[in-house]
Amino acid sequence: MMESIINATVGGVLIGTAASLLFLANGRIAGISGILGLILRAGTTDRRWRLTFVSGLLVGGMALLNLMPEVIVAPSTRTVGAVAVAGLLVGVGTRMGNGCTSGHGVCGLSRLSGRSLAATLAFMAAGFGTATLIQVAMGGAL
Amino acid sequence: MTEKLLVFIAGAVFAIGLGISGMTDANKVINFLNPLGQWDPSLAFVMVGAIGAHMTTRRLILRREQPLFAAAFSTVSNTAVNKRLLVGAGLFGAGWGLGGFCPGPGVVSAVALGTEALVFVGTMLGGMVIFQLLDRQS
Repeated sequence: MMESIINATVGGVLIGTAASLLFLANGRIAGISGILGLILRAGTTDRRWRLTFVSGLLVGGMALLNLMPEVIVAPSTRTVGAVAVAGLLVGVGTRMGNGCTSGHGVCGLSRLSGRSLAATLAFMAAGFGTATLIQVAMGGAL
Repeated sequence: MTEKLLVFIAGAVFAIGLGISGMTDANKVINFLNPLGQWDPSLAFVMVGAIGAHMTTRRLILRREQPLFAAAFSTVSNTAVNKRLLVGAGLFGAGWGLGGFCPGPGVVSAVALGTEALVFVGTMLGGMVIFQLLDRQS
């Protein structure tokens, strides 16, 4: 548990530092769902930095895959069908609510945004509720 | 250093942070969100580290008049806490607890070409496109 806590904190510091690097470079907010959604939206004019950021995410992922492949783990208690529905919910929900764990959670809370606090409380409650419901109703697997 | 290189490094560091933190381990995320199972509360410290680092460095950056490669820092004008925000965040959270992925870790995990992460990213991007086509506000 102690090792997990240290890794979580160190990884979190890297995430927050990365968000600040982007902010220093072009003043933008590192909200992953917004970056992805706006790349895919017709009429987005400043798509280029978003594509660059996503290419950095993918290359960072490749570095992880090569240096510490054990950190990328698929959900063993969820069927592919459940994961497909999950993706749809995450895609629709993050665009409707204008943000996810990074945009509302990390960036929004860091600037003490009440709107982001409300969103973070809502998605945390729904996340805990859903995973716990699957535990109670289905024994933890779906 | 060019804007492109700095933005690219930001993306790469973000991904490595997600990996080290445990956020790309979908089982760990599911266990974090399920106190009645094999509860693993350690992921709460991702937020502690991320907010601590971003809040402090952001304040230092804001001493500058402008970013390195843009005319101004972006500001968020929307402060509304409304049904749309809460329903959207609720749907997102339900998907997060159902699949164990949020957007960043989904994309980063997809590089391993596992079925679950690829399916997740595919339906997530599809959901984003569908919502944006149906919705005039986004």
